Amino acid sequence: MSLQLRRKTHESVVYIDSDSAPRIMPSGEDFILEDLPIGTRVLYPNPPIKGLPNREAAIRYALNHPHETEPLYAQLYPGMKVTIAIDDISLPLPPMATPDIRQTVLEIVLDLLAANGVDDVHIIIANSLHRKLTGWEMKRMVGQKIFDEFYPDRYYNHDAEWEDGMTVLGETRHKEPLRLNRRCVESDLLIYCNINFVPMDGGHKSVAVGLCDYESLRVHHEPQTIRDSDSYMDPARSELNHKVERLGKLVDEHMNVFHIETAINNRMYKGDMDFLLKNEDNFSAFDRMKFEAMRYTMGKLPRAARRKLLHSRPSQYELTACHAGKTEAVHKKIIEKNFQQYLIPLKGQCDILITGIPDISPYNVYSILNPLLVQVMALGYHFNFYRNRPLLKKGGVLILQHPCYDEFDHAQHPSYIEFFNRLLPETRDAFTLREKYEREFANNPSYVEMYRRGNAYHGAHPFFMWYWGENGRQHVGKVIAAGAENAHVPAMLGWERADNLTEAIAMARSYMGRSAEITMLHQPMIGIADME
Amino acid sequence: MAAAAFYDLEGTLVKTNLVHTLGFYARNQQGIFRSLKKSAATMMSLPLFAVTDAYSRKVFNDLFFKRYKGETEDRLRFFAEELFQNILKPAIYPGAIELIDKSRRLGLRQVVVTGALDFSVKPLMDFLGIKDYAANHLEFVNGVATGRLLPPVLAAATKASWIRTFAEREGLSLSDSYAYTDSMSDLPMLSVVGHPAAANPDMRLRQTALHHDWPILDLR
Repeated sequence: MSLQLRRKTHESVVYIDSDSAPRIMPSGEDFILEDLPIGTRVLYPNPPIKGLPNREAAIRYALNHPHETEPLYAQLYPGMKVTIAIDDISLPLPPMATPDIRQTVLEIVLDLLAANGVDDVHIIIANSLHRKLTGWEMKRMVGQKIFDEFYPDRYYNHDAEWEDGMTVLGETRHKEPLRLNRRCVESDLLIYCNINFVPMDGGHKSVAVGLCDYESLRVHHEPQTIRDSDSYMDPARSELNHKVERLGKLVDEHMNVFHIETAINNRMYKGDMDFLLKNEDNFSAFDRMKFEAMRYTMGKLPRAARRKLLHSRPSQYELTACHAGKTEAVHKKIIEKNFQQYLIPLKGQCDILITGIPDISPYNVYSILNPLLVQVMALGYHFNFYRNRPLLKKGGVLILQHPCYDEFDHAQHPSYIEFFNRLLPETRDAFTLREKYEREFANNPSYVEMYRRGNAYHGAHPFFMWYWGENGRQHVGKVIAAGAENAHVPAMLGWERADNLTEAIAMARSYMGRSAEITMLHQPMIGIADME
Repeated sequence: MAAAAFYDLEGTLVKTNLVHTLGFYARNQQGIFRSLKKSAATMMSLPLFAVTDAYSRKVFNDLFFKRYKGETEDRLRFFAEELFQNILKPAIYPGAIELIDKSRRLGLRQVVVTGALDFSVKPLMDFLGIKDYAANHLEFVNGVATGRLLPPVLAAATKASWIRTFAEREGLSLSDSYAYTDSMSDLPMLSVVGHPAAANPDMRLRQTALHHDWPILDLR
């Protein structure tokens, strides 16, 4: 039995045996130890690909050897108008240790622009309908020198609600409209600097989504598109990606875009927190000590302090590839690198999928993982981390481990509160929500102002979060929230609750049978199940 | 059904308050000595105004508008344009223009409900393109202010009842309407609409808004 259980199919796949160590699971801001049933398959992130030893050199090489276009220096001339767009803080997660890759790319590109007599340069954060970054976050992302030189007049956030700041680019043959940031459209050259954190990122999505307005976004951020994406982490089978590619072709017809894409490895933590990415069976005494020390410290702190502590730990990702040039050619290379890092070959779907929900998501940087975000992490991101077919069988049970507290950030997620408390009790049907309420929220002047002048997500954003979980919601039979500290949040989201993971597994087995196959995603992880 | 956006004015759409207007008129008296005397009296009354405002808006109004006693109506109206150009126009919050513009594009009726004086806010309303507004009216006898307000005095609950009456008369849906204010004293005004919001709120209103999960805007 043991020998069979310990068979090695891949270094990232571990089977629980009778003498296996308990597994560490995140549960919001906490980390808990759980004994899993014998035979449970646990997926770990792949070991990190070695980072490039000299990232400046790699970036310079990419700029000078671009795909399907002239090198950047050859496209520059004095007096031209150049805009540089960069990804927002929603990736990578957690925010990276400084200097951020964006800073390194910007320093090189800005030097090149200055050397070629280009001085009409703006830097725009392509935040789309995400929250605008604070001055402090903007400084952290690009470094003091660039910040001092460009902020606030020439380094700012994209504003999708600024009428004069947007311009219509046209529409695709499928009548999908595209309205983009005016400064970017009217520039002689748009340089987009991206970090491709997951395969869903980058490519045409960078410009066509990152710099668009609400009406352009709602064409593809809608429930049917998500249902038709199998999964949205697999660009080839993602309807979302197909729609964005159509919009991207429109961009290429009208704009001169020089795309710089970067791939990073998955070294989320190192040093005092690297044990979170390791197989517990291989823990050294020092690893165990580090975990116990962290658990003890966290246990003494209130939730807000634990959250603060976790958010203050920068990630340690390293650059593994940089390509530049025309969007599609560049993105193809970077996606290959992403898959090289993330793919975990797997055979066989499971009946019960377990995932702990850590306090890390693209939408709660320095904020609270509210119930809608817990939903999007479980049924959206974690469910969609597959290629070919879902890791979980159709009708299977998804167990998520999270306290499901009823807490929202009033400054960042004001419209989420109304969505959760006013709309979800009426319906959870994504199509009804879209038809009946999405525009009302999107146009609510209060939410618009909080997006424009504050640091709030756009009024329509909670709808997108709900749609993001749509294919997960349609696929799973049941969702059980283990460790939920209240009954009403799981109920509102249409889930069952259990006091702890053991109880949740027992409940799931009562639905799926005693011999149900169980798989656990060892969080925090970025990995894609490559299903046979 | 049609709906409206109701705004408080001072502290919400503009950064000035009633005292700035009073101070402006105090500075513009006939003769320098009278201006100095009136300005000094206004300055010295500030702590009293602050205390009474925190205690009760009605008591504050009774005390505050007494300072206008003896002012002539033609003089107050004559200086209103200058008050707007020099004091009120530069004090309009940038976000206020955006908020009104967005609300207007949604087809919402734009309505200002303020405790300020009618003659002082009219040029501002013209500038913002707001036709519907309710303000307080000073009582004049033989063209001279008595220091009393004509009823109904717009403050706290009376703002809410004015909104109710206005909505009924104009066929507006209050549950689809919006209201914005900066002050806890306007809580009733926020309570009668379906979409209340605190704009540049004081500490008490901020806490209340957080408690009720209302949006908190910073238009500054």
